[in-house]
Amino acid sequence: MPALSPDDVARLAALARIDLEPAELERLAGELDAVVAAVASVSSVVSDDVPATSHPLPLVDVYREDVVEPSLPAEDVLAGAPAAQDGRFLVPQILEED
Amino acid sequence: MSTATAPAATGGEPLVAYDDATARYDVVIGLEVHVELGTATKMFDGSSTAFGAEPNTQVSPVSLGLPGALPVVNRTAVEHGIRIGLALDCSIAEMCRFARKNYFYPDMPKNFQTSQYDEPLAADGHLDVVLEDGTPWRVEVERAHLEEDTGKSTHVGGATGRIHGADHSLVDYNRAGIPLVEIVTRPVAGAGARAPEVARAYVAALRDLLRALGVSEARMEQGQMRADVNVSLRPSPDAPLGTRTETKNVNSFRSVERAVRYEVSRQAAVLDAGGSVLQETRHWHEDTGITTSGRVKSDADDYRYFPEPDLVPLTPSRAWVEEVRASLPELPVARRARLQAEWGYSDLEMRDVVNAGLLDVISATVAQGASPAAARKWWGGELARTANAREVEVTALPVGPAEVAELARLVESGRITDRMAREVLEGVLAGEGTPTEVVTARGLEVVSDESALVTAVDEALAANPDVAEKIRGGKVQAAGAVVGAVMKATRGAADAKRVRELVLERVGAPQA
Amino acid sequence: MAPSADRSSGPQNGADELVRASAADLARRLTAGEVTSEDVVRAHLDRIAAVDGAPGDGRGVAAYLHVSGEEALATARDVDARRAAGEQLHALAGVPVAVKDVVVTRGTPTTAGSKILEGWVPPYDATLVERLRVAGMPVLGKTNMDEFAMGSSTEHSAYGPTRNPWDTSRTPGGSGGGSAAAVAAFEAPLAVGTDTGGSIRQPAAVTGSVGVKPTYGGISRYGLIAMASSLDQAGPCARSVLDAALLHEVMGGHDPRDATSLPDPVGPLAEAARSRDVRGMRVGVVRELTGEGFSAEVMASFRSAVDLLADAGAEVVEVSCPTFAHALDAYYLVMPSEASSNLARFDGMRFGLRVEPSEGPVTAERVMAATRGAGFGPEVKRRIILGTYALSAGYYDAYYGSAQKVRTLVQRDFAAAHEQADVLVSPTAPTTAFPLGSRLDDPLAMYAADIATIPANLAGVPGMSLPSGLAADGLPVGFQVMAPARADERLYRLGGALEALLEDRWGGPLLASAPALDTVPARPEVATA
Repeated sequence: MPALSPDDVARLAALARIDLEPAELERLAGELDAVVAAVASVSSVVSDDVPATSHPLPLVDVYREDVVEPSLPAEDVLAGAPAAQDGRFLVPQILEED
Repeated sequence: MSTATAPAATGGEPLVAYDDATARYDVVIGLEVHVELGTATKMFDGSSTAFGAEPNTQVSPVSLGLPGALPVVNRTAVEHGIRIGLALDCSIAEMCRFARKNYFYPDMPKNFQTSQYDEPLAADGHLDVVLEDGTPWRVEVERAHLEEDTGKSTHVGGATGRIHGADHSLVDYNRAGIPLVEIVTRPVAGAGARAPEVARAYVAALRDLLRALGVSEARMEQGQMRADVNVSLRPSPDAPLGTRTETKNVNSFRSVERAVRYEVSRQAAVLDAGGSVLQETRHWHEDTGITTSGRVKSDADDYRYFPEPDLVPLTPSRAWVEEVRASLPELPVARRARLQAEWGYSDLEMRDVVNAGLLDVISATVAQGASPAAARKWWGGELARTANAREVEVTALPVGPAEVAELARLVESGRITDRMAREVLEGVLAGEGTPTEVVTARGLEVVSDESALVTAVDEALAANPDVAEKIRGGKVQAAGAVVGAVMKATRGAADAKRVRELVLERVGAPQA
Repeated sequence: MAPSADRSSGPQNGADELVRASAADLARRLTAGEVTSEDVVRAHLDRIAAVDGAPGDGRGVAAYLHVSGEEALATARDVDARRAAGEQLHALAGVPVAVKDVVVTRGTPTTAGSKILEGWVPPYDATLVERLRVAGMPVLGKTNMDEFAMGSSTEHSAYGPTRNPWDTSRTPGGSGGGSAAAVAAFEAPLAVGTDTGGSIRQPAAVTGSVGVKPTYGGISRYGLIAMASSLDQAGPCARSVLDAALLHEVMGGHDPRDATSLPDPVGPLAEAARSRDVRGMRVGVVRELTGEGFSAEVMASFRSAVDLLADAGAEVVEVSCPTFAHALDAYYLVMPSEASSNLARFDGMRFGLRVEPSEGPVTAERVMAATRGAGFGPEVKRRIILGTYALSAGYYDAYYGSAQKVRTLVQRDFAAAHEQADVLVSPTAPTTAFPLGSRLDDPLAMYAADIATIPANLAGVPGMSLPSGLAADGLPVGFQVMAPARADERLYRLGGALEALLEDRWGGPLLASAPALDTVPARPEVATA
């Protein structure tokens, strides 16, 4: 398994959108390398014929009916917003397009 | 090698003339169409989806992505998905799941989109479309899957309202969580220079299908249906697929066609210059008709999909699927075939009607009692021209199937002539009332009072004794001059055929 | 080792007696009109004022992040008035409860122990909170926890650690150290916890209290700030098995707002807790959770409890669950993967903290990164980065995919073991409470605290921890009981019986022998309540 370098951690941090100080990158690289080394064994204990369990209990087909419920009250919606304007959430300029 | 030209006016990239490009490259396209489903509530919560509400008044902890909120699947949205899948002749998955597509964007409250990844609801279908000249074309559909829409950002402070140059953005999450079905085609190859036309015909056919199914209004101008257009070129049909670009959110049929054309010309220029096409998203500019570079594929495209742990798998029962299948309405292709047979239109006539988007109004007009021929004549002629001149949809004119059927009845019963009917239509379009009201108000009725006509004929004959003499002498064709005089005197409100009969009768000429 | 009941820290006056009473006892006396809910709530607020201090002040238990005294008193008065008017109330009406700060409460600050949510007041209630309110249970406040429930010591709280009431130089376990310490320090008769890898059971073990992780889906997750959706489960924290059952019954049962909620109604858990009969019950000792890695003192206490069960007529067998050896590894892939996605919404755009970058342009992208860089603590960052890695292209199959397969193997081990045994037992934690600061710099050592509790989360089965006695260091040892999915009543049946056998031996509840706590200055909002 590949070792995690500070550069790898920086790439992952960018993907996870977290600013990390250079010292944090160094420290995390060391810690995560140890964790990854410890947990990497999982791939060796399972074979292809073992199905994955993504839900602990075998429930299927849980639906709600298409019936309108009241909206959150308008005053509650923006109450916790860091910034708002004209009934909308105000966010800094968006550089990237999605 | 041909010379690439830069369109100076648009500031776009170098282009190769379209015919030149398609002569030397094989075009492969693909279409990803997002459709907002017409459910009452969102994909994963009970917030209303009604259009046009005040910002952030149709939201819940779920659609705002508040900490602790959990999704629950809308049964009707799944049923609509099954309906679409069946109409596209897809197989409906026995088991499928939602997955999380992880990426950060302020429009997206959870910073992941709950979508379907490797287990779509519907897969492996097709849509048969007809090109403008009547050529049938089958577009293979890879999959149709369920997902949720994002919120809407308004970019404030910049000159253009677009992202670049904006000072900040205001976000409304009313749209966040509205159910979407994404329909993805397989690569469409072999259309050559007609690829843009195929793209357009596919999107148009899909729109008609979705409306017929009752799952979406599919109004492109309201963003209820949005097309992403993939284009790639390769040197020959045997070569592996070239690098594709994905032009996002192309929002009209015409733009779909133009965007493909533009990308073909642009990519040909890149390849001609020895460059390689970048795998990137591109933006369509309606005003200038060009695409510009968006985002190059990067690390951020590592979406880290994994099965959505907050939702359990869907296993649509075969009984449910069959119930939905049994409830499918007649689909557009079948309906067209049936109506053409019922109406007796030629292939050419039918194609024109379909291309002009007149199928529904003609059908409604026939249902109101008009003959198919008359309905086609009025909608495809006078009214289509008027709509065109006014730059509106024909359905937006202040004349409906009922008025057109009434007009047709007036003509068929002989109360008005064809020429008068055009004037009646003018009056109806001008808001003067129903066709019958306009006929009365404008005094346009055919003069069918025999005694009045006889008087008019006698007066005309008296005023033209030489003509009367010629007729009596056997020159029956001379009657035309008298008929013309009578028509003039009655301002056209007479049946010319009857006038001619009367003229011959009054001079005592032998009936021809 | 059986403690001698140290009555010097026992009831000294009426108020102290009220905070030491069990929830079941309080419920009975409230129903009988012998005491008012207002008196009960006041007694607890006084206790909190006396011993809790505040997180970060270096003194006191620091079980609470936020105390809602006025609101709790208002609920209490309302319940008292309705009772006086003859209204038929829920059995627990008027009995106060503390709620872990990872559960959203309408109108009451909810931080999940993180700076990134400092000051956030949720506009809605979690389903389980709604059920507490419908039952008329005053909510005393929100309890301290490791940030986003990530940790095994409550030291990862952004607001400062909770201290173990048995020894305030030690941790109360985690992540729900606040809820466990609140009940163990008599600052609440009941508390709500959440358990993703042991966060209810392991703190219960090291604080001498009772904690239950129900079957996955047994209590709604709607309104629980998610760490790992497929593992998270809310449950009760209490000082007795019966009290835990009573709170479990209030919160449990199907919730249409949680698609993973079990359709079943909650079972007759209190009845099971009262049955106290283990004759013929097959008790399986899990070989893999009773040897290496577990301290000798912990093992001695565990063995002694197993012997008591055998003497009482239980049929004790040894079972083997070989893939439990890989459970911790699988957990540290599944949990961070899901957490990395669940925590993406904390980005400074819609709620909570917003931090602008110290230099350069202020764009949404950079504000998100700066907010997350400043708002998340080191353990949260560690897990998000680890989860991002485990899900990223090229690693998914080897890591997340394989870990999900290990879950299948763990489930199969449980199923096989249950062919021989009705319940499975083990120590809850490998050691007694560890000193504050001793594992903060060693994530792997910290993670090892959950080695015995994680298998139940991976398989979705229910687990309970109850005290089996004190180790030679004078600190409590936890005894874990596990049962098949949807058989939570078996936990209560065995737990209730074992608790009775042990208390007979001890001459009373273990917590009665906990040392008295120092009185510390109260935090402002409690002092004025």
